[in-house]
Amino acid sequence: MMQEARRRVAIGFLTAPAYVWLTVTVLLPLSAMLFFSFLTVAPINGREAQLTTEHYLTFIDKDFYRTLTWRSLRLGFDVTLACVLVGYPAALALAKHVKGRWREAIFLLIILPFWSNALVRVYSWTMVMREGGFLDWVLHWMAPDAPPFGLLFTYPAIVIGLVHSYLPYVVLTCYISLEAIDDSLMEAARSLGASTLQVFWRVILPLSLPGLLVGVILTFIPVIGSFMEPRILGGRAGIMLGTVIEDQFTTVFNWPRGAALSFIMLGIVLLIFAASAPLLRSRLKGL
Amino acid sequence: MRDLGIWAVRLYLGLMLLFLYLPIVVMVLLAFNRSPLYQLPIVWDTVWFQSLIHNDRLVGAGLNSVGLALVNMVIATALGTMVAIAFARYQFRGKAVLELLLFPPITIPWLIIGISMLIFFFWVGIGRGLHAMLLGHVALSLPYVIMVVGARLKGYGPALEEAAATLGASPWQAFWRVSLPVMAPGVAAAALFAFAVSFDQFVISYFLAPPGVSTLPVEIYAAIRKGFTPEINAISTIIILFSMGLMLLIARLYRFGGER
Repeated sequence: MMQEARRRVAIGFLTAPAYVWLTVTVLLPLSAMLFFSFLTVAPINGREAQLTTEHYLTFIDKDFYRTLTWRSLRLGFDVTLACVLVGYPAALALAKHVKGRWREAIFLLIILPFWSNALVRVYSWTMVMREGGFLDWVLHWMAPDAPPFGLLFTYPAIVIGLVHSYLPYVVLTCYISLEAIDDSLMEAARSLGASTLQVFWRVILPLSLPGLLVGVILTFIPVIGSFMEPRILGGRAGIMLGTVIEDQFTTVFNWPRGAALSFIMLGIVLLIFAASAPLLRSRLKGL
Repeated sequence: MRDLGIWAVRLYLGLMLLFLYLPIVVMVLLAFNRSPLYQLPIVWDTVWFQSLIHNDRLVGAGLNSVGLALVNMVIATALGTMVAIAFARYQFRGKAVLELLLFPPITIPWLIIGISMLIFFFWVGIGRGLHAMLLGHVALSLPYVIMVVGARLKGYGPALEEAAATLGASPWQAFWRVSLPVMAPGVAAAALFAFAVSFDQFVISYFLAPPGVSTLPVEIYAAIRKGFTPEINAISTIIILFSMGLMLLIARLYRFGGER
């Protein structure tokens, strides 16, 4: 009995500080945001606020917000698709066709930029894409008469920048599940007469699907929540749900509307998680 | 035929690395270019790095960034390691819930987390500023610290401590002389990780920065929106080399990618 009490005290002592911290910084703020999204004005500096559902109603009513949400989802889709198309083959090549020190070195080189400063990496693309930037310089060198390319401030520029940001993520998650596939499975399939393509479709792809899915989710979600990348690389072409939310807090100062838009975005995120929960749970259990 | 395949694989991986590193290299090279309009070819000069020293705003923001990252590192590492120990050593009701609660800070877009913090902190009177940023950075760092230290602790059971106890060590002694040295590499990696999370964090800091107080990423974002200058390249070069170096150090202490 004494021992059980001591055990409980120990668990409480070890976990309470961190979870109190997380409550104050994540759970309570999210609740406050939900509350604010139903107010007419932000109740700060003594202003009186009434309860209202107008922010959610405008979202449903106005075409602007629907188009906006659609644009953000579309961006998430395009970026994720590009990351998978480029990243999955790379992970496969790395896991099954590169060995030893090279594999370790290349793996580290792919992961390294991912864990460095995101803002700086987005900025670095402006140096390549701006008019008269590196890309134009190369183009001019190859074809002196070609007009400047001017890729910056276009939709493709945003996609390229975001693919650059999240590609390492997809390679990482795919690599982890591809590397875990036993080579003898592939040999067995081959000895039973499967072609290379069949081995891929029937053995490799199904077994690596959980890793691929985790990569897809963990790319799609931050991309629909992105605002800094569309702002810097997209300019006027970069108006997304994220940038409009940012505006509500930095220039327009309509906090309740920003809160409502954020909550709609959070709803989308939660829907995605709910849809993929069964697979995610089995995958992330070994935290 | 087989050779061809290998070359195709190498070419593909090479092109991908080129894609990942080309913009960074271009940015770094242009930081050493004298022309304020990025004119090519490059005329080598360190003038932009020199002008950084006289940019009081940037220097101040840099000091804020480093100080914040250090305090964040200490707090997040301490609290996170405690949780990791509790998770590794005890089975208890509600543990699954506690583990699940680690996901929101790292999976919900930072934009949402950032503005919810802004709203809540303003509402309850915490306000904006470095202290508010610290609250946010620690929350983001905690899940990583718990995972990294937890992975290290998984490698060994309570057997070592039990052995120490049988040999007459007090629980304190067992912790300091046996457990801590075993988990030290994991804790060190987690600490550096926490430092990096805070040092590179932009979104949370951006929303919690009052006028006049900022960190390097916040300052850079403001500068980019005003227009591109080689000075941004110079400070960006310093930041990216620093954070990549930090990550290399962590990779030495702790293997990513599941293999240990």
